Amino acid sequence: MSAINNPELSVLREIEPLLPANTANIKDRIVSGIYQQAESISAQVVRSENSQYTGLEARLDNILTSRWLGFPIMLLLLTLILWITITGANYPSQLLATGLFWLEEQLTALFLAVNAPVWLSGLLIQGMYRSLAWVVSVMLPPMAIFFPLFTLLEDLGYLPRVAFNMDKLFRRAGAHGKQCLTMCMGFGCNAAGVTSCRIIDSPRERLIAILTNTFSICNGRFPTLIALATIFMGALVSQAYSSILATLAVVAIIMTGIATTLLVSSLLSRTLLRGMSSFFVLELPPFRRPQLGQILIRSLLDRTLFVLWRAVVIAAPAGALTWILANSFIGETSVFALIAGWLNPLGQLMGMDGIILIAFLLGLPANEIVLPILIMGYISAGSMLELDSLNALRILLLDHGWTWITALCVMLFSLLHFPCGTTLYTIFKETRSARWTLLSALLPLLLGIVVTLIINQGSQIIMR
Amino acid sequence: MAINTTPLSESSKNNPDKQNNFVIALAGNPNVGKSTVFNRLTGLKQHTGNWPGKTVIKAEGTFSHRNRHYTLVDLPGTYSLHASSSDEEVARDFICFSRPDITLVVCDATCLERNLNLVLQILEITDRVLVCVNLLDEAERKGIQVDIAMLARQLGIPAVGTAARSGRGLESLKNVLDDMLAGKIASRPRQLVYDPELEASINEIEKRLAPYLPAWINSRWVALRVLERDFSILEHISNHKNNDYPRQVLKEEVALCLR
Repeated sequence: MSAINNPELSVLREIEPLLPANTANIKDRIVSGIYQQAESISAQVVRSENSQYTGLEARLDNILTSRWLGFPIMLLLLTLILWITITGANYPSQLLATGLFWLEEQLTALFLAVNAPVWLSGLLIQGMYRSLAWVVSVMLPPMAIFFPLFTLLEDLGYLPRVAFNMDKLFRRAGAHGKQCLTMCMGFGCNAAGVTSCRIIDSPRERLIAILTNTFSICNGRFPTLIALATIFMGALVSQAYSSILATLAVVAIIMTGIATTLLVSSLLSRTLLRGMSSFFVLELPPFRRPQLGQILIRSLLDRTLFVLWRAVVIAAPAGALTWILANSFIGETSVFALIAGWLNPLGQLMGMDGIILIAFLLGLPANEIVLPILIMGYISAGSMLELDSLNALRILLLDHGWTWITALCVMLFSLLHFPCGTTLYTIFKETRSARWTLLSALLPLLLGIVVTLIINQGSQIIMR
Repeated sequence: MAINTTPLSESSKNNPDKQNNFVIALAGNPNVGKSTVFNRLTGLKQHTGNWPGKTVIKAEGTFSHRNRHYTLVDLPGTYSLHASSSDEEVARDFICFSRPDITLVVCDATCLERNLNLVLQILEITDRVLVCVNLLDEAERKGIQVDIAMLARQLGIPAVGTAARSGRGLESLKNVLDDMLAGKIASRPRQLVYDPELEASINEIEKRLAPYLPAWINSRWVALRVLERDFSILEHISNHKNNDYPRQVLKEEVALCLR
């Protein structure tokens, strides 16, 4: 070690013990000192006749970002949106399913009429078409309701207020306040959320935001959660309250995701990515009158159709692959059943089964197709039935031994497992590091395994 | 980040050819019309800056007024000088270490309060500051009036109102620059006062630090940074004094001191 010959630096030794330990608090107080004086000067210098920021807006902001009401209002709005989605999606979903599966019958009849080989009709109709039909009928209605509502909130200018509310929590977790915005973006699509982390300047905080983005439930996972919550959580209570309970279950999963984001961020900033959080100025844009036509077009074209198209493009080949796996035999058992058999012990420990785990593995290209693969897996494993409604899905799942604990574990595992292929590729592009990409996949996966293990084993002990 | 090792003002003063050449740093929040002010003042006489290690600085340009020659350096737009992003660090280091003759802070008249945060922070580093309240035309359209004289009195430094898009107020801006350099305008900048507990810590640290600091640096400001545990500022000062001192050694010494 070199000797110290810099007086400026050696004086540090003398000063360091004088420094208060809580730097974040010091920074806050310095910043608030500056802000107070800027405010008092501005008050004496600026006269505004009819400011843009009128009394009404200021009052609204005070309520929306207030210490006590800010969070309850956020929760309430989220619950309301999901409740409208779940209640509203039921009927059109059934209608679509009936229509699409009627078409399946016609197609089958057509294939029979032209004497097409059995494997071809199996691959094309039971493989590709059926998974497509499922993706469309299960996913389209909730998306068509959820996205316009979400875009409406965005257009009103509510999202920056959410970021404002969350900022403090993120800073306490050692992360950047802007991470709230990237998290919100993740609710749309994790790949987009990861890209949006570029708005965070500090590399340390950007990595934290990237690694935790997958804990935002993305569009691809919402429909699965909504369907499972409607079937299993809703069935726990009487008809009148079922959609409320289903909504609350989805909200709970989302909140678990946000809590996990904060927890993991805080863990990372205390271990692998140590450091302090930095400041930023968040501008609260004025509230705007939303343009309804614009919202409908933007949310339907940019989001609903975009997500649906992605699902369709990936679901078709994945459906075909699943059908092939389920219909190629080694000895007596199909390849699909063989893999499911291997994975089954682990799946059982986690409150699920082998087929569910395969569905998540094959769903790597896109989370949208996890549910369709699952259904095909069950159908090919035996009981053939017409899936024309959520009720039929319920019967299928019950036949395979599902309970609400199974549904809960699947919902939690859907929240806590590796990000989809697109997101992983994006993480690799953004971090330029295979190691961070690997960590971004392993971290949530490990969490998911541990959490479902605990839930399942715990529930078995309680039920015994 | 490497620091510009020779203070501009001194090097220019030592050089008889540049007796009359002054460096003005142009600071401000993003989107306040800083570039418009820059373009209006320098016209076509601009080129990409080449300050040592300052790749982020976009441009510098020159202009003359009342027989003085000016070099205007456009700093990146920032909301604060907390050095939490590279832009903020560049702006802070230029104002602190390159010691421009005057730092011209452009503000948005339609949201002055937010802009004042930056002004107050710059005033902690240097007292040679001129505030330019820009976008007056837009403020008037929105029914916002800014009392420029009152602002100057409150801050203790000169202030000028402009609407750079139409060129309004730029002539008097140049006149005030000239008056400041001629010593016709005295500035007594307002000092930020923090809560009593913080003030006590700041004074304690400043007292101990001051003997080690060069005279040109504001020791209170350095004390504030140290209080925030931003020790890089001390590295910078050391680096600045011994300009060929290896950076790695400095880092090791900081680590050693804190052990």
